[in-house]
Amino acid sequence: METALAILVGILVATGVYLMLARNLLRYLFGLVLLSNAANLAILAAGRLTRATPPLVPPGMMEPPLPVANPLPQALILTAIVIGFGLLAFALALLTRSYQQFQTLDSDQIREAEPVKEKKMEEAQG
Amino acid sequence: MDRPHSDAAGAGRFLGLVFPLLPAIPLLFLITQWGSVAEGNVKSVSFPWVPSLGIEFSFFLDGLNLLFALLISLIGVFVAIYAGAYLRGHPMLRRFFLYLALFMVGMLGLVLAADLITLFIFWELTTISSYLLIGFNHDKASARRCALQALLLTTMGGLCLLAGLILLGYTAGTFDLQEILARGDYVRGHSLYPAILVLILLGAFTKSAQFPFHFWLPNAMAAPTPVSAYLHSATMVKAGIYLMARLHPVLGTTPLWEWTLTIVGAITATLAAILAVRQTDLKLKLAYTTVVALGTITMFFGSDDSVAIAAAITFILVHSFYKASLFMVVGIIDHQTGTRELDRLGGLGKLMPVTWFCAGAAAISMAGFPPFLGFIGKELKYEGALAIATEPTLVAGAAIFANILMVTVAGTLALKPFIGRQRPKSDDIREAHWSLWIGPLVLSTLGLTFGLFTPLIAEGLVQPAVVTLLGEPKIVKLKLWHGVNVPLIMSILTFGLGVCAYLYQRPLRAFLAFLLSFFPTTADRIWDALLEGLKRLADVQTRWLQHGILRRYLRVIFLAATAALLLALIRQDNLSLSVAIPALNVKEWTAMLLVAAGAVMASSVSAPLAAVCALGALGVGVALLYLFFGAPDVAITQLLVETLFLVLIAATLHRLPLSYGRHATRFRRLDALIAIAAGVVVTITILAVIEQPFSSPSSDYFVANSMPEAFGRNIVNVILVDFRALDTFGEVVVVFTAALSAATLVGYTLRGRRR
Repeated sequence: METALAILVGILVATGVYLMLARNLLRYLFGLVLLSNAANLAILAAGRLTRATPPLVPPGMMEPPLPVANPLPQALILTAIVIGFGLLAFALALLTRSYQQFQTLDSDQIREAEPVKEKKMEEAQG
Repeated sequence: MDRPHSDAAGAGRFLGLVFPLLPAIPLLFLITQWGSVAEGNVKSVSFPWVPSLGIEFSFFLDGLNLLFALLISLIGVFVAIYAGAYLRGHPMLRRFFLYLALFMVGMLGLVLAADLITLFIFWELTTISSYLLIGFNHDKASARRCALQALLLTTMGGLCLLAGLILLGYTAGTFDLQEILARGDYVRGHSLYPAILVLILLGAFTKSAQFPFHFWLPNAMAAPTPVSAYLHSATMVKAGIYLMARLHPVLGTTPLWEWTLTIVGAITATLAAILAVRQTDLKLKLAYTTVVALGTITMFFGSDDSVAIAAAITFILVHSFYKASLFMVVGIIDHQTGTRELDRLGGLGKLMPVTWFCAGAAAISMAGFPPFLGFIGKELKYEGALAIATEPTLVAGAAIFANILMVTVAGTLALKPFIGRQRPKSDDIREAHWSLWIGPLVLSTLGLTFGLFTPLIAEGLVQPAVVTLLGEPKIVKLKLWHGVNVPLIMSILTFGLGVCAYLYQRPLRAFLAFLLSFFPTTADRIWDALLEGLKRLADVQTRWLQHGILRRYLRVIFLAATAALLLALIRQDNLSLSVAIPALNVKEWTAMLLVAAGAVMASSVSAPLAAVCALGALGVGVALLYLFFGAPDVAITQLLVETLFLVLIAATLHRLPLSYGRHATRFRRLDALIAIAAGVVVTITILAVIEQPFSSPSSDYFVANSMPEAFGRNIVNVILVDFRALDTFGEVVVVFTAALSAATLVGYTLRGRRR
């Protein structure tokens, strides 16, 4: 089962990286979504897969009947999902704002911090 | 409007009177210690600084540094008097005195330091104050350039010196100079010795303007003349010389030391002598003769013969006296006539008799005529040159050659501006104020007095220094008359040729210019080219590394991460992967396919809306996978987040372009390769991780204690809100911050739109 999940994570990473390397910032954002999903599934796989019961203690018992699914990766993934969503929401807001500012989502053209033509301008002034 | 300025000038006048007292304090102290130190006693004082590293803030006084400290404070007094008059009324006089005081402290600390690190701190202090003083006329671009050049060169040397000193301290096991002096044999035998020697000599050579670092010193003449007289002839440039003398017992007497110092010194002396004769600017002429003197002294320190060492020490003394006076004389001429160009000066002797006397006395000492101290120094030099073991002919030849040209330069300085027709023609030229000529008068007269009363110098200063340096008692005899011997014949030869060279100065200068025209470039220009190259390199590499293109940065990041993972996999010893055909049931296969199809579609469609749909399908697939593999809580959260994400996208997509633009459809082969490599490596890593034996004690702990300890049936929830509650709290803070920032970003736009 883990083999299949490992390959699936590989696919998610590959498509995510490919999207993040695009010039368009929206595609970059979608790549980010794929990558964080890949990370979550990788955590799940590392904690070993099982079709066993969820980690719940039935009423009247002190411990769940074994075998039980590993609760630790689940807790980690829960955290990761929420944090990932926070990141995504912020990135989306940033993206909207920068589109407002620059009228483009092409990352090659958003060069406020590191302008290309600095040298030429210096030459023109000198 | 005039008041502030005149106030400043008044304060400056007051300062000019008081400031000379500052170097007078150490001078008086040193004189009280003189007798005791000359008998061989060593005084020391020490404060703990970094005890854990064995570094102390400590000073000592022995025969060698007594000589240097006396010179620094004695000449300091006269330079201070002179500077007060020379810069009278200068609006920045107070600043000048501050820099000068900084330098005096630095220089005295440097020669008196008894700890390698203490020495280095003061060494750098002199470098910085020298920079400030050279660039004192900072409204001139040339002064700024020269100051920066001197700073860069000497700090470069200073860095080498620091490395050398640390290595030396590490090798000797202590930073205490006096202890290191006793461990010379051990240091010389150590495998680090060549590195120590080269690094320390680099520091000394840059500071003392040895070839090929000689060019900064003539450029440093951009400083006001009092600075040139003090820092760049009598004291600071002698710091490198002092260092070589100080460490002579530790690093000296090896062939590497002897040959390096002899050859570098000889080249420096010869080259600078030629350049000195060629110059017509009086101050630059003097600057080059300083380089000659520094080269000569370096050459002599290459030896461990007592006569050669005595010659070097005596020459340090002689040179400081006559060179400081000559610089001040040139300053007076410049001050009174407005020029220091040789061809525009003449006949000033009648108008400025005292200045002429000072110039004459100093120049005779420089040329080495009896009965001045310079004569004794020169005789000793010739005797020492013949005693040098490595290459007596080379040393004597270089010494004679340099001295012939020194005679010429001395003659030029003492006679040219003062005899003949009066130039420049002006009725305003008159003798300088006493405070200007008192310094050169005293210093050049001292040169004469010491020549006549040699025992005072020989036993009081030179001998203690030589004894300290060589570590064995030697009787140094300084005499005016030695009888007819080889050095005397060499002296007569020097005078004869020097006078000839003086008489045929113009053709000689033309000939030297012709000779020098064969050199394709000057060290100064090479330095400029180096600096320019460095700047260009910085520019190119910055543009290459920081191009500002996001996706190229990301490419590097992904490639580096992939390579790092790959490396870790390769270095794994027993890497085994068992790839089994997964035994999945139909619903699991469906979920997997949904995710894979969603991912592929999201990355390949050419419209953002389609990609959002694909991501939605993918999210549902992932949620189903969580559900199938025993994680219903995670599945619920995933679905919730997917929904929220769709809401967010829906809320913002109308403000974003509905197409990716013209670049989206192109298939990027390189990026695809990087992406596939990353995916494959991640898959293999996960497979390798799964192969490891599984044990998770913390999971077992949570499962066993969720109910008994925390009274919760949902173990995942218990972990989040109880066992790891603080982590969750941090997470809440992160999400809240992100929400706040996002709201600010978007809200700002909304308000902007309303306006």
